[in-house]
Amino acid sequence: MSITVRYFASLRERVGRAEDQLQADGDDTAGGVWSRAVPEQAMPDRVLIAINQEYADADHPVRDGDEVAFFPPVTGG
Amino acid sequence: MAVSLHPAAFDPWATLTAHQAQLPPGSFGATAVFVGTMRDFNEGDDVRAMTLEHYPGMTEKHLEGIVAEARERWGLDDCLIAHRVGPIEPGEPIVLTAVWSAHRKAAFEACRYLMEELKHRAPFWKRETLKDGADRWVEKNTEG
Repeated sequence: MSITVRYFASLRERVGRAEDQLQADGDDTAGGVWSRAVPEQAMPDRVLIAINQEYADADHPVRDGDEVAFFPPVTGG
Repeated sequence: MAVSLHPAAFDPWATLTAHQAQLPPGSFGATAVFVGTMRDFNEGDDVRAMTLEHYPGMTEKHLEGIVAEARERWGLDDCLIAHRVGPIEPGEPIVLTAVWSAHRKAAFEACRYLMEELKHRAPFWKRETLKDGADRWVEKNTEG
């Protein structure tokens, strides 16, 4: 098992890829996942985070097998 | 289905008629409908085309959640959300929300709720191509 990290829209372009796979480290948060997956860039201020497709804060715990997504403000409709 | 995503152009009025035909005649007294259509202008620039990206799975899940909230809050007979994804051109419908209820107040309020919640919560992102060929991500929703 591992953590799937996904990036969408302008954030995908900024990171330069759509997805990463990370080994779970047992004490992860969403913000910590960003720091390990994209160490060269600070997490953007206005980023939205979803864990297993539900909105979550940066300090929300992440477990092995979770899917964590980072994306900019949504603009549908 | 109360929620549908359309990778190609769709006719919101045909979608609406087909959905309403499934409801028992006489069971509702009010229908409120909103259709959003792509403009050829935004933020003062001429827009030639647009691409709608989404998060497959999460988008449908949240649209279904919004429909369930509206149904419970207003005691609706039924709701419908249809939304385009992928490449889209000016003049094409982007989104349809519709509500069927016993009376008009619930229908109007719930239809507005569906649209506002969709715009704030459903993971869609617009990328515009301007007339001069430049591409840009749409950074925020219009005021309403």
